[in-house]
Amino acid sequence: MKEISTGNKAVAKAVKQALPDVVAAYPITPQTEIVETIADYVTSGQMKSRYIPVESEHSAMAACIGASITGVRTFTATSAHGLLYMHEMTNWAAGARLPIVMVNVNRSLGPGWNIWAEHTDAMQERDTGWLQVYVSTVQEAYDTTLMAFRIAEHNDVLLPVMVNLDGFSLSHIMQPLDTVEPGDFIPPIHLPHAIDMKNPCGYGGLTMPDQHAMFRWEIERSMRDAGKVIAATEKDFAKRFGRSYGPTENYRCDDADVILIAMGTFGKEAEVAIDILRKEGIKAGSMRLRWFRPFPKLDLAGKEVVVIDRDYSFGYGGIVAHEIMAKNHCEVYSVIAGLGGQEVTYDDMAEFVRTRRMGGEFWFGVTSHV
Amino acid sequence: MFEIRIHSRGGQGGVTAARLLAMAALHDGKYATACPFYGAERRGAPVVSFVRIDDHPIKVYSQIRDPDLVVVLDASVMETVDVLHGLRKGGRVLINSAHRPVFAGYTTSNVDLTGIALKEKLVVAGNPILNTPVLGALAKMGIISVDSAKTAIREMFADERNVKAAETAYQEMNV
Repeated sequence: MKEISTGNKAVAKAVKQALPDVVAAYPITPQTEIVETIADYVTSGQMKSRYIPVESEHSAMAACIGASITGVRTFTATSAHGLLYMHEMTNWAAGARLPIVMVNVNRSLGPGWNIWAEHTDAMQERDTGWLQVYVSTVQEAYDTTLMAFRIAEHNDVLLPVMVNLDGFSLSHIMQPLDTVEPGDFIPPIHLPHAIDMKNPCGYGGLTMPDQHAMFRWEIERSMRDAGKVIAATEKDFAKRFGRSYGPTENYRCDDADVILIAMGTFGKEAEVAIDILRKEGIKAGSMRLRWFRPFPKLDLAGKEVVVIDRDYSFGYGGIVAHEIMAKNHCEVYSVIAGLGGQEVTYDDMAEFVRTRRMGGEFWFGVTSHV
Repeated sequence: MFEIRIHSRGGQGGVTAARLLAMAALHDGKYATACPFYGAERRGAPVVSFVRIDDHPIKVYSQIRDPDLVVVLDASVMETVDVLHGLRKGGRVLINSAHRPVFAGYTTSNVDLTGIALKEKLVVAGNPILNTPVLGALAKMGIISVDSAKTAIREMFADERNVKAAETAYQEMNV
């Protein structure tokens, strides 16, 4: 059924249909509408989940871990400082191989106090063992949240998944949403290492130095397998519901000389910039990076690359730009834009491509080319 | 793509007006996005929301810079806000007022939405409801169809007085 929904509401609707057994969450702007809506579904009896209101995000993730280890489906949502407050527990969730699904509404980190979109929050969770996906429309937020449960719980993965939405520009925008009847798209959860609730017990998990690397490698092995599970899940989603997704969304890339790479809503608006550049005779294409972990293989051979980072690693550079450079052994033009919700238009993006200087870095609205 | 900027004050329902307009456009078989600008606004402070309507999926997220239509739900914001800012040459203005101001170079329409809301007793917490009657005015301007306007209102509000107010606005509107 077609309706008009915010990104947050679309997430809540998907979660309701995914039938999680437990939701534990703490409200934080701009994510609050997600957990408010879910809480409303639960209290009004539309959703049978156990909703655990907690006193902090650290507790939210701890509650999700406790629930998940019993083998039930688990969901939480957060943003920015809330996500970072979970950080100890996010590592635990991945290490304990718990398929928790979390929606993170990307927001900048204070100070200065700022509630608008930025990707640095999720980037600080980059090395935890969580899968990360960045979405660009209300529909994609809904579709990807549904898919996230199936991917996380697949026994070749068994890792938590973080679905990222740009704060306000996607969480609060209202767009058409076509909901589906998931049916058996998400199979029942089976956690092979779940605690036996008839005889509940756990072991002190001291791992000796000669064994720890094996556990770490198992996470990486599953990350590598996750690529195949994601592809199969997206393929089945397209077959059932008619909407296709992949590790990237490519727009006019095939014959392009220069590729503009961005994530989230910028990655969608970039397509408008590409149309403008094409009219000027510049053979440009757009590649919206959707999955960030596992990091996809990108086909950039023989092309110039411009990357917009809505994040930064101080003393190093734009995070996405440097990951692409390292993985693809290429130079890029690195643009830092949209920090703290900074307004970036398709005209600005077209200008980034026109004025590119390979190997350079440009802070939009802050510096000239450096 | 048709771009609309709605001026109101925090708490007056400008965001809901944007949402209803997007819903109506969807019923007309079009694509639409609505987005409020979230700043440090407070109840009573001037706020803006944006609506885009197109025959194709909308890929733009940045703010509307040169709207085709400006809707002013509260004329008093004009004391501090330049509501014509960026308005496209030959663009249109819809203003909630019993009187029609003259804006050189633009086509201005007016309707007394506040009066209609008060007449229909559409008042919540002392504030007249403007976001449902304004849909009637937008239908008169041809932005959305009358049927879609009514459908959108009914999807959101059970009180039929909202539909009645939209119908009255449609009739009383001076295009």
